[in-house]
Amino acid sequence: MSERYSASEMMTVTASRALANGNTCFVGIGLPSEAANLARLTHAPDVVLIYESGTLQTRPDVLPLSIGDGELCETALTTVSVPEMFRYWVQGGQIDVGFLGAAQVDKYANLNTTLIGDYDNPKVRLPGGGGAPEMATCTGEIFITLKHSKRTFVDEVDFVTTVGFGRDGTARDNVPNIGKGPTRIITDLCVMQPDADTKELTVTSLHPGVTREQVIEATGWEIRFADDIDETPVPDDHELEVLRELKARTERHHSEA
Amino acid sequence: MAEFLSLHDAVSRYVADGATVAMEGFTHLIPFAAGHEVIRQKKRDLTLIRMTPDLIYDQLIGAGCAKKLIFSWGGNPGVGSLHRLRDAVEHGWPNSIEILEHSHAAMACAFEAGAAGLPLAILRGYIGSDLPKVNDQIKFIDCPFTGERLAAVPSIRPDVSIVHAQKADRHGNVLVEGIVGVQKEAVMAARHSIVTVEEVVDDLDTHPNACVIPGWVIDAVAEAPGGAKPSYTHGYYPRSNKFYKDWDPIARDREAFSAWLDENVYANEGAKA
Repeated sequence: MSERYSASEMMTVTASRALANGNTCFVGIGLPSEAANLARLTHAPDVVLIYESGTLQTRPDVLPLSIGDGELCETALTTVSVPEMFRYWVQGGQIDVGFLGAAQVDKYANLNTTLIGDYDNPKVRLPGGGGAPEMATCTGEIFITLKHSKRTFVDEVDFVTTVGFGRDGTARDNVPNIGKGPTRIITDLCVMQPDADTKELTVTSLHPGVTREQVIEATGWEIRFADDIDETPVPDDHELEVLRELKARTERHHSEA
Repeated sequence: MAEFLSLHDAVSRYVADGATVAMEGFTHLIPFAAGHEVIRQKKRDLTLIRMTPDLIYDQLIGAGCAKKLIFSWGGNPGVGSLHRLRDAVEHGWPNSIEILEHSHAAMACAFEAGAAGLPLAILRGYIGSDLPKVNDQIKFIDCPFTGERLAAVPSIRPDVSIVHAQKADRHGNVLVEGIVGVQKEAVMAARHSIVTVEEVVDDLDTHPNACVIPGWVIDAVAEAPGGAKPSYTHGYYPRSNKFYKDWDPIARDREAFSAWLDENVYANEGAKA
């Protein structure tokens, strides 16, 4: 790993590059929000960012702590009610990309944000579904970004809060009006994509300096690697500068009052 | 026609033990002052409905007001868990609570259906999710026209809904601005409603398409300046992100939480008539 950038910066920049200029993107809070706003401030100035609080085409100067920070509303083209957001904009098919994080993801890209353990006797109770279950099926495709570890990348999630391709990879087959689902998982080690036939997540790109062994070690199932593995392009100086300024502004803002 | 009441009297009159209560406000305009009044009046066995329980329900649950929670995302936004909610679910402190969880899309549709006087909401939802396995209020129906399988959930019809807004005029008409969430739907879906406002003014000074809730669909309006803190009121004061971060260590510890409650809720008289 070069000293010029950190592994988490590599992850955020790679995730931001996945968004194309002009995409409409439904943004989850945390890492997805960081990546989506970095895209907007660098290569994708016309990306349309939408948060589930009803803020459409928003251009926050600092990253929101919550999904409904005032900053999102003040810098939005318009703000709609939450029923309108989910009915017209999400279910109505107006969103190209849903950008999500999760607590657990499995080999068929199913996401768990509900709990660890058994439902009636949870070991750890997590926040729950929020906007993700419908975002995952009503948007054109889904990008997922989260840090790579055995705790988060598991063979089978304890609970499918939000469907990727289901327990056997076939959950989207023959379902009408459903999006493509997860097409890219961006971690701090690599990029994974679903296999075209089986839908099992497969490594398609390794970040510079990362070995296959590191990915195998950090994944809770026997991870497969594509026949042709790319090396993920490194962040450029401009991206790193914009990202660091954005995070510094955000840190200052959230420490006030 | 809305009646102007003190927050004390509004809560005392409309929030009964055992009631189904929705205190809405999507991150913005969360009616904390009203929530604290409910805690002070020691209301018990409430079924609490909120898309995002947030700190307000963490406090109500920790204070022992709730027997059931209906929600769709139960975290401290950007910070982590709601530790009072987790303690109730994982360890039954101060009492065990029943939970019924949905997705945001389903709850938003259910509030809208409640406002529309319908028995159910229909959405293209929950495909492939395990949530229908643990929530018996999620069913599936076939569209009578296309045959598409769609999710159905019962509409939300609270006994009382409580929301906060920027201002009311002297007739009790209320203006809501900024992130409007499901507040209008919550008020219209409920049998009774209480709206707390930053201020009462002569003229709402608004525009034709503004979100105005007419006074004649509201039961009580109570003036509660700062009533959404530590969340925010667009145009009045910002969200205290610092408080949301500071809440985490307070809520993690039962004693710290109880001390906080004594000092900040019980010791505070609240707005009397």
